[in-house]
Amino acid sequence: MLALYLRDIRLGVRAGGGALTGALFFLAVVATIPFAVGPDLNLLARIGPAILWVGALLASLLGLDRLFQADREDGSLDLLVLAGDRHMLALTVLVKCLAHWTASVLPLVVAAPVFGLILNMDAAGIGACALTLLVGTPAITFVGAAGAAVAVGLPRGGLLVSVLVLPLAIPILIFGVSASYAAVNDPDPFMPPFLILAALTLFLAVVGPVAAAAALRFSAD
Amino acid sequence: MGYLPRCTGFPAGAVQAWETMRLIAEKLGGARGGQRVFSTVDFSLAGGECLVVTGPNGAGKSTLLRVLAGLLPADAGHAALEGGGEEFPNVASACHYLGHMNGMKPALSVFENLKFWQEFCGAPDLDIDEALERVGLGSIGHLPFGYLSTGQRRRISIARLLVSFRPIWLLDEPSAGLDRRSEARLDDLMSKQLARGGIVVAATHLPLGLKGARTLEMGPGSTGRSGETG
Repeated sequence: MLALYLRDIRLGVRAGGGALTGALFFLAVVATIPFAVGPDLNLLARIGPAILWVGALLASLLGLDRLFQADREDGSLDLLVLAGDRHMLALTVLVKCLAHWTASVLPLVVAAPVFGLILNMDAAGIGACALTLLVGTPAITFVGAAGAAVAVGLPRGGLLVSVLVLPLAIPILIFGVSASYAAVNDPDPFMPPFLILAALTLFLAVVGPVAAAAALRFSAD
Repeated sequence: MGYLPRCTGFPAGAVQAWETMRLIAEKLGGARGGQRVFSTVDFSLAGGECLVVTGPNGAGKSTLLRVLAGLLPADAGHAALEGGGEEFPNVASACHYLGHMNGMKPALSVFENLKFWQEFCGAPDLDIDEALERVGLGSIGHLPFGYLSTGQRRRISIARLLVSFRPIWLLDEPSAGLDRRSEARLDDLMSKQLARGGIVVAATHLPLGLKGARTLEMGPGSTGRSGETG
């Protein structure tokens, strides 16, 4: 299992892995919005957490369709499914998700504080936003794994995966953004939405891989 | 490069387990895309026996192997492994499946690819350098898999069968892209697998040089459908 995790991270960061594509897309989203909104620093600071979350959500959907498709194209997926008696397939999927998150989504979380500066957010807001992203983005990957497994047989399933996954990712977005806002707007409590966000991640860490494993088993042809 | 500890022998219990192992297909039928590709395939293979599945393109050779491995549900009848013991409760856990595709990542080196499959599949057998020697590619472990020629890629994926141990080999066109010397090497590797009590099922339209192999001829007679599956 550790071998699978390391292999997928290696593939993600090597040439053609596309780990940086998401970070560049994130930068593009965040950098263009101040031009569109105009030089109103207070407004930017107010919508900053929402922009960071929407950017991170869309950027983390970007590489998801390749999660299983790359393995399917070179035949590895058959072998991963065949090993289901030694390594439960849902666990294999979970490990692949974690590797994908580490290689493609963690850079977004790391970059988010820097992008927060572009949006004139204050230190507390940036910290809260980075923390909620750190806790919430794995949930997007877990939901995305189920979508990617359903669309694994489709040659250009990228858009379909995004459309399948976005509605399921909306609760994550809502609680992530409301926790980030609560950290800077005083009367709102930070902990309740943050804990619900953490609960969503834990819940989807179980449901997502199990659903993806079921989809992969029946997608064999 | 690192070296894994050599596994020189298998636990005595495991050896005894496969002497009684039988791979059985009863009235097996397979379908692709809802269409019956073959039906009523019967065979029973004991340890040390080899089955060569032949037939024209589209006769269902690949489908048969995928059904045997459990990657496709059987359309009729069933395939089972008997006497596998606790270690090998079903065919999927006891088999190496070598499909059309090699299951290797072009961006990783040959050594990294094989090491991954060895660690993931467990039951390490030969170490990687020795497996590469056996397929005649001892000196290219450091090259990215994507740099290799078709035949070399095939030989690397044959080396995958050697780095971890499985009693059953399901080989789909194993000699595709191989030159004559490599074919001879493959025959030799298959004979060795049989000699230690393993089972080999190979789908091919080329004659393999194995002595004493049984043949299963799949033809249009048992099929009555069209489509590219072989």
